[in-house]
Amino acid sequence: MDLLYAILVDPFIQMWNGPDFFIQVMWEGFVSGVLYALIALGFVLIFKASGVFNFAQGIMVVFAALSLVGMHEAGVPAWLALLLAIGVMAVLAITVERFVMRPLVNQPEIILLMATIGLTYFLIGFGEFVFGGEPKTMITKELGLPTGSTAFEVGERGLVILQHIDIAAMIMAIIMVTGLAIFFSKTRIGRALRAVADDHQAALSVGISLHQIWAIVWFASGIVALTTGIMWGAKSDVSFALQFVAFKALPVLILGGFTSIPGAIVGGLIIGIGEKLGELYWGPLVGGGIESWLAYMIALIFLLSRPQGLFGEKIIDRV
Amino acid sequence: MKLKSLLSGIALAAVAAAPVSVMPTTGALAADEIYVPLLTYRTGPYAGSGTPIANGMRDYLTMLNERDGGIGGVKINIEECETGYNAQKGVECYEATKGKSPVMYNPYSTGITLQLIPKAAVDKIPILSMGYGLSAAAKGDAFPWIFNMPTTYWGQASAVIKYIGNEVGGMDKLKGKTVGFIYLDVGYGREPIPVFEQLSEKFGYTLKKYPVPGKEMQNQSSQWLNVRRDRPDYMIMWGWGAMNPTAIKEAAKTRFPMEKFIGVWWSGGDDDARPAGPAAKGYKSVNFHATGTDFPALQDILKHVVKTGKSQVSDESKVGENLYNRGVINSVMIAEAIANAQKITGKKVVTGEDVRKGLESMNLSADRLKAIGLDGFTNPIQVTCKNHSGGHPVYIQEWDGKNWKRASDDITPMADVVGPLLDKAAAEYTTKNAPWPKRTEACAS
Repeated sequence: MDLLYAILVDPFIQMWNGPDFFIQVMWEGFVSGVLYALIALGFVLIFKASGVFNFAQGIMVVFAALSLVGMHEAGVPAWLALLLAIGVMAVLAITVERFVMRPLVNQPEIILLMATIGLTYFLIGFGEFVFGGEPKTMITKELGLPTGSTAFEVGERGLVILQHIDIAAMIMAIIMVTGLAIFFSKTRIGRALRAVADDHQAALSVGISLHQIWAIVWFASGIVALTTGIMWGAKSDVSFALQFVAFKALPVLILGGFTSIPGAIVGGLIIGIGEKLGELYWGPLVGGGIESWLAYMIALIFLLSRPQGLFGEKIIDRV
Repeated sequence: MKLKSLLSGIALAAVAAAPVSVMPTTGALAADEIYVPLLTYRTGPYAGSGTPIANGMRDYLTMLNERDGGIGGVKINIEECETGYNAQKGVECYEATKGKSPVMYNPYSTGITLQLIPKAAVDKIPILSMGYGLSAAAKGDAFPWIFNMPTTYWGQASAVIKYIGNEVGGMDKLKGKTVGFIYLDVGYGREPIPVFEQLSEKFGYTLKKYPVPGKEMQNQSSQWLNVRRDRPDYMIMWGWGAMNPTAIKEAAKTRFPMEKFIGVWWSGGDDDARPAGPAAKGYKSVNFHATGTDFPALQDILKHVVKTGKSQVSDESKVGENLYNRGVINSVMIAEAIANAQKITGKKVVTGEDVRKGLESMNLSADRLKAIGLDGFTNPIQVTCKNHSGGHPVYIQEWDGKNWKRASDDITPMADVVGPLLDKAAAEYTTKNAPWPKRTEACAS
């Protein structure tokens, strides 16, 4: 009976009695969710266009952020460094398309996955070769990003603290998602991408260049990686450990579906908020530390009822 | 890009690409050289902590080669092996280099140290895990080949509690207080928990634990939300690599009072505190040596190694930072052990067995520190046959926004608490790993 009370009643009483803390937990979960969604978006873009699960997405986050900070450390002004970092991601996209994707076209998906694992290790080595292995501090102020915080009272003694960088991350994510949504739905290239996603051969037959689309998609994914790197780097620092954060996108993808942009966003938010609520209100029942696997549990529960994810396309193969 | 940086980069790329890579500095091993492999990590998630230590260790030994022609007239063959702070790679490094007659190993990872402890007595190569590794290894009777001076993690943990007790107005005032412990959830981070638990029973404080999984080092918001809810009076951190700057930033973000946040001496890097900016002011960490370059030995490093382009430091200002100097004091111990071994045996080119004796009879006295250009750099460190740690005093330093400043007098670990725990842990280890070899090595001191 006590156990049922601890699981089903007590957490909600805690939420009611500590509204400031509850709001803070929801906010932190929301911010984490937005960042998970951004990482997942990078995976979705590439998977949608080429059916490749891009294992290198995590290291792309690190590589993009390192390019930005590394160039600034070399004396390049922050905004020029940002433009150059975008350029680096463009060169990376073209290189990957030309030397990884193109030679492996029509190969089984597992071969392409292995190729992206190889790409991961290449980027780790190349990143350390160019920028060194030491962590770097994100140039938050130099980019004009806010660094302070705002606190407001909730209840009698409660306090909710909002970091300005977190608010900026949220705004950046909204701009990015909106921009990508408009790009892929309103532009010629976007429509071509959707055509490629639907049917490669049909898209080729109407003159769409698969190579061009793949390069564009890898570039878009690189921009998403750069944004994520800036935001997460500002919260922590830019180190090679940041690539592990990308694995947080896996439950988001399971939940939201590998091909759905709205799925990545909604999935990210569910995972972000869900893991924080779980860790803070139910975690103490088992000694804490449940956050790392709770996200997968949430995703698996959804997976049992919707194997294609919340927004994924239902695939029915005729036997 | 400077040629030096480019060459360093190429070396790093090679390191990242190969399962085990070694970076020699003095060419092929010659019969009249003393071979000292350094298990380091300049790549991966822990490079932020590993790189300055690797630089300090390497630069001091290089300085001895350049200034004095080595130790006792014998050149030191320094060879780095990149472990990435990975126990498996560390063992691979050990196996790849042990055939070259190394005189000792410095694993720089508790995980690697634990793997190498059973090998040391068999291969007759001592292990110096300076201020880390298995606390019970302080018991020289049970672990004649392992050394962990100047004090164990357990000694350090007890010193931190002593410091907090002093801050709150006496050890009796700890009753009813809450002490939070945030730690990297690996063997290293979990090592001091028995002491914190025992002391919580003794002094009546509540211990709250916040483990940080290795893959979540840069994603600690949940741990710090828990801290905010639990409202501990003090926070202690046992972090490493990217965990440290993230934790300090998160502490600032949750408005935890920085002056009540104390890190282990591995959480006291300049690059741990610096990224949080002014918000990190007041953050504290344990230390046992000085920072800065105001010592003749450090000046010699600058003159003979850094300014001549033989160092791998990215910038001259990195010399003298806390973790750089940690590497320096580590190599001071290596050099002292070798010099002792030469003195004891009368040989110039010594072996691992000789250096074990050199470690066991080490007496880094105030006079000796002065003689080697490190007057007042650290408290005297003495090792005996029975006590391989020494339980030497530590102190607390505080980050002022730019540098570390001393913030306490010397604090002696609680030998009365730690001693019995070490005895018990050593007995448990040897029983668990039976048949553990009985000590047959004669005492050199």
